[in-house]
Amino acid sequence: MPDVNLIIDGKAVTAPAGTLAIDAAKTAGIEIPAFCYYEGLSLQAACRMCLVEVEKAPKLLVACTLPVAEGMVIHTDSPAVKNARKYTLEFLLTNHPLDCPVCDKGGECELQDMVFRYGAGESRFTDVKHHVDEKQWSPVVYFDAPRCILCYRCVRICNEGMGVGALGVINRGVISEIAPSHGDHLECDECGMCIDICPVGALTSGAYRYKTRPWEMQHVGTICTHCSNGCKTTLGVRNGEIVRANNRDRSGINNEFLCVKGRYGFDFNASTERLQSPMMRVGNGYEPISWAKALQIVSEKFSETKTRGGKFGVIASPHSTNEDNYFLQKFVREGLGSKNIDHQQSGDVVTLIDALSGKSGKLAAFEDLYKTKAALVISSDLAQQHPLLAFQLRANFRHHAMKMFAVTPGPVREDQYAKRSVRVEAGQELSALENLRDELKAAGELVVLFGDAIKGDAVRKLVDFGESLGIAVKYICLVDYSNSRGAVDMGLTPELLPGYHAAPAGGLHADEMLAAPDLDVLWVVGANPLEKASLASKAFVVVQDLFMTETAQQADIVLPSASAYEKNGTVTNVTGEVQKLKAGPKTMGAKPDLEIIGLIGKEMGVRVGIWTSDAVFDEIRRNVRGYNVPLPIIATGGAAVTAPVNGRVPVETRPDRVQSAGDTLFTSGSLGRYSKTLASVLEAPGALYKP
Amino acid sequence: MNFSPQLEQKFADLLTHYPEGRQRAALIPMLMFAQDEVGSITPDVVTELAKRCGITPLQVDEVIGFYSMLHRKPLGKYHVQVCTNISCLLVGGEELYEHACKKLGIGHKQVTADGQFSLEEVECMGACSWAPAIQIGYDFHHAVSPQKFDQLIDALRKIQ
Amino acid sequence: MLYNAPHPLEVKVLTRRFGLENSASIDTYLATDGYKALGKALDMTPDDIINEVKASNLRGRGGAGFPTGMKWSFVPRNVDKPKYIVVNADESEPGTCKDRLLIENDPHQLIEGVLIAALAVGASKGWIYIRGEYRYLIDIMDKALAEAYARGYLGQNICGRGFNFELYTQTGAGAYECGEESALLESLEGKRGVPRIRPPFPAVSGAFQSPTILNNVETFCAVPAILRDGGPAFSALGVPKNGGTRMFCLSGHLNVTGVYELPMGFPLLKMINEIGGGVRGGRKLKAVIPGGSSCPVLKAEECDLPMDYDSLMKAKSMLGSGGVVVMDEQTDMVKAALRIMHFYQHESCGWCIPCREGTTWLKKLLTRLDAGRGTIGDVNLVGDLARNMLGRTFCPLGDAAAMPTISIVEKFRDEFEAKLANYTAPRAQSSQFVVV
Repeated sequence: MPDVNLIIDGKAVTAPAGTLAIDAAKTAGIEIPAFCYYEGLSLQAACRMCLVEVEKAPKLLVACTLPVAEGMVIHTDSPAVKNARKYTLEFLLTNHPLDCPVCDKGGECELQDMVFRYGAGESRFTDVKHHVDEKQWSPVVYFDAPRCILCYRCVRICNEGMGVGALGVINRGVISEIAPSHGDHLECDECGMCIDICPVGALTSGAYRYKTRPWEMQHVGTICTHCSNGCKTTLGVRNGEIVRANNRDRSGINNEFLCVKGRYGFDFNASTERLQSPMMRVGNGYEPISWAKALQIVSEKFSETKTRGGKFGVIASPHSTNEDNYFLQKFVREGLGSKNIDHQQSGDVVTLIDALSGKSGKLAAFEDLYKTKAALVISSDLAQQHPLLAFQLRANFRHHAMKMFAVTPGPVREDQYAKRSVRVEAGQELSALENLRDELKAAGELVVLFGDAIKGDAVRKLVDFGESLGIAVKYICLVDYSNSRGAVDMGLTPELLPGYHAAPAGGLHADEMLAAPDLDVLWVVGANPLEKASLASKAFVVVQDLFMTETAQQADIVLPSASAYEKNGTVTNVTGEVQKLKAGPKTMGAKPDLEIIGLIGKEMGVRVGIWTSDAVFDEIRRNVRGYNVPLPIIATGGAAVTAPVNGRVPVETRPDRVQSAGDTLFTSGSLGRYSKTLASVLEAPGALYKP
Repeated sequence: MNFSPQLEQKFADLLTHYPEGRQRAALIPMLMFAQDEVGSITPDVVTELAKRCGITPLQVDEVIGFYSMLHRKPLGKYHVQVCTNISCLLVGGEELYEHACKKLGIGHKQVTADGQFSLEEVECMGACSWAPAIQIGYDFHHAVSPQKFDQLIDALRKIQ
Repeated sequence: MLYNAPHPLEVKVLTRRFGLENSASIDTYLATDGYKALGKALDMTPDDIINEVKASNLRGRGGAGFPTGMKWSFVPRNVDKPKYIVVNADESEPGTCKDRLLIENDPHQLIEGVLIAALAVGASKGWIYIRGEYRYLIDIMDKALAEAYARGYLGQNICGRGFNFELYTQTGAGAYECGEESALLESLEGKRGVPRIRPPFPAVSGAFQSPTILNNVETFCAVPAILRDGGPAFSALGVPKNGGTRMFCLSGHLNVTGVYELPMGFPLLKMINEIGGGVRGGRKLKAVIPGGSSCPVLKAEECDLPMDYDSLMKAKSMLGSGGVVVMDEQTDMVKAALRIMHFYQHESCGWCIPCREGTTWLKKLLTRLDAGRGTIGDVNLVGDLARNMLGRTFCPLGDAAAMPTISIVEKFRDEFEAKLANYTAPRAQSSQFVVV
């Protein structure tokens, strides 16, 4: 679109033709107030707050549906405009209860802000207000109709944003009301998007309501620890406890998006089952011991094993930070002299990066999902397993008519708008693609997202297929958890050092460690390998975890670790963006993994580097290929795209070693078990590919 | 749920009236005709029509609440609608409505105990030049005086 | 059949078949020049048809009075999408009851008008959206459509000329708002009758997001006569820029009420006194709503004017939909204002704040004032609130509620004041609130 020149409040503004006046004004630093206008969602022109005066127009026009034109002269602060805003607010408040003192939204309510800035100091309304009682729609969603100003943001975010359509408008006129999908209750994603997008206190959160005033919390911007999508979440922390999580400030790659796990699944952190003291096995039970005592026992055992050339096995976690993991592998490889380090891989990132050797720009970044002309999802229930990616692709479809192709074993939400949906049996994915070849090619540009059904050779074949299309194709290997991608990048596999350098041969994989009859020490950092497997040896088991997991229950020493919400560091999401965690709450007695590892090393007299997260990240930036990202982006809470490369280090993939946990929207591995809120919603635990 | 063969035929016809993929357009006529047959828009009707129109029950609910002729509760066998809008008001519409309340012993949107009559004060029904007007069901009655109203109601009562 | 005895001053163009035996049947229609205009149109180019309609100075009979030929010319020619015709038979404007008669007495005239419009823009399908209360008209229309199909005036290869057109009836379900064209289209698509953001206008994106001509019943019914007798001839029936005749629905305090077809520009006082036989009971005229309840009320002394779009605009009112509501000297104007607001409050779709909340507040205020309670301040407030709605709502319903209210408060303020002055109940009980 060519640019047009116009004047807003005396300022010369240049904007592409077709830009809405409300957006054009924003670029000039002029705020035009609005309730119903919400960037990215369909236009409503319902609230009438954004009325502006346009010279030569016979009446005030709504800026949210007014495309700017050459020579337009707009006034947003004329007496007529001010008057219109003032009296629109007066109308709005006639049936609003004005129960601000007991409203959760008080202090961060857009209606309050608007009345404060643009409203009248008094109301002329002396009649009776229309009242209906508050309703609870789900354990996490409450609706107070009288507070609702009918901006329809909730309806749109649910319909357009989430593709769920669980909210609608019933009745007519002044008794119009937002209504849930099932008469008196909701059956939906329980994402709570409707709550945070609500400009007033009409929709409130069951997890947060009446707990605090917004200004009594510290707002800590960090990264959600559940799935791999890397949503920024702002934790509301009061007295060392998380009271809520949201992203109303629209920071981070996810903008306002959070799913049920991100928004409500933080309560595992304050679970009464959190470990708060190191534990030592005594007979069949456990006894709490001091950190000093625990570290002494562990370091003596490690030193003794190292000295006599015993066999270590170390299993790390895809939830731990890059710093935890980098430092751990360094400590194991250099400090303990062991090659045996591994973690549970949930997607075959290793083969993908190998298959893309020699090609650059082939890994899709998050931004690509919004820009690509087409996307191909293979064997993932995206809306459940990767809700942010699904949200972003949906936005791309809404805004740019992106073409979606879904090749999945069962129905998925992407079918709603997919150009083509194909149902496949496991193993038939690649042959199904051949039938789509022409359509994919015609799309001109493609992002391929694939789940754990595609691994090993299948990944290479998929890349061959993609590269044979003759169009720009980028790939995303879908993985499970908040740092699944980072764990591979940091060299938590026996074959690879950080940055995909070849490791000396002979390291044991996790399954081999458990099966080895002569294992001396099994050190598990945040993982739960013994949930479904057993330990063949009589190894001395050290476990660092938040909870007494199945693995911790077989440990000799259990060390309580801090959760991702309690530590600083970085994590790398599924699309390769590295982002910073910021510590919010604290749990008495728990320590970050990095500190625990450092203390063990200190106790052993083995030093492999400084164990503060900043120092370790600095080392990562220097040593891990693709991680030399600009620090200012990270430091300011931004997402920096990593660009890992593989210098052709072929790694054999055993299908059983690459396995997604298959979490649904309502489960989150062992963490999810400790979230009461997550368990409380009707839909939990759910199933993938449900019709 | 099933409707009468005549209604099923009507529905089948309706669905052919719209462009491909836009069968939702049949919803409002379907609701009206189904209400005529079933007596009200029951939850079963909602579910059924949602299915037939390829939309969610919530989307049907959204529509029902918008239109004043769609009712979730059964009306009387004879639904008496009295217009009191401006043209009728000027020539006794309001008095007629009050008379109707007394005659039937019920008020706005109420149903007689025997289920025979329901009453509604309605907005302009397009009979302004022949005011005051009422509709009983879909039948118009023009220039209705209280006496004429009584005759109409008494005649209907006799049919029982 | 509902129609009134013709009046000698009437100019019977659209109503020429009213009163004929079986006037709704296709045989009667064909015997009285029916479908001849279609034959003529089939020999014309789309541009010629549109130019003929433009020459007729026909303006939309729904209320807004937009020139019909111009509206048709906005339909894009070279687009891939199918084009549609939609007839607005959602006649709901209080005081208006003319479309009902046109369908009841002469449904084929409407069909023929639609067919000509279809030829003018290349449309393939159409719907007649009839308000739910007019169920009997759907039966009449369906019968007429069946006749037209049977005789080859609808369906495939119409008149053997390779012209295909399907026409259906569609029922509404009780919503005044659906008379607004974009709300009607939403309703036609099976949704809540909430208006759309415009532009795009229906001519570009209408029914099912395709280019659509949407006009009132009376507008379409005028088209066969325009093609038959020529645009200029139709235009000449009226006054400059206000072509043809118009159906006027006389109601209220008149000796004779009914629907009369009169030339555009017919004097209002003559309409009241000669057609309507004067004010009932020999009383004096107080006020007239000239075109349905959305129009500002005219005081008796303002009624000496010709009934055309431009003259009424000059008098700060509107010709609207042709509903002429006559009020005599005994009319309680506060009550009238309340009843009108009651209607708009009931029919407000609720989409936008000023209309939804404004009509509700005004209804509460007027209810109070009608009962003689309240203060002079409340009277001022009524006018002020209505002015705060005016021009600021999402669709014209807000204006429709505001305009008559402003006019009544301005022109009949003394009646509000008299009600307050005459209120005798104990003041303490009159307020719902106790001021401590």
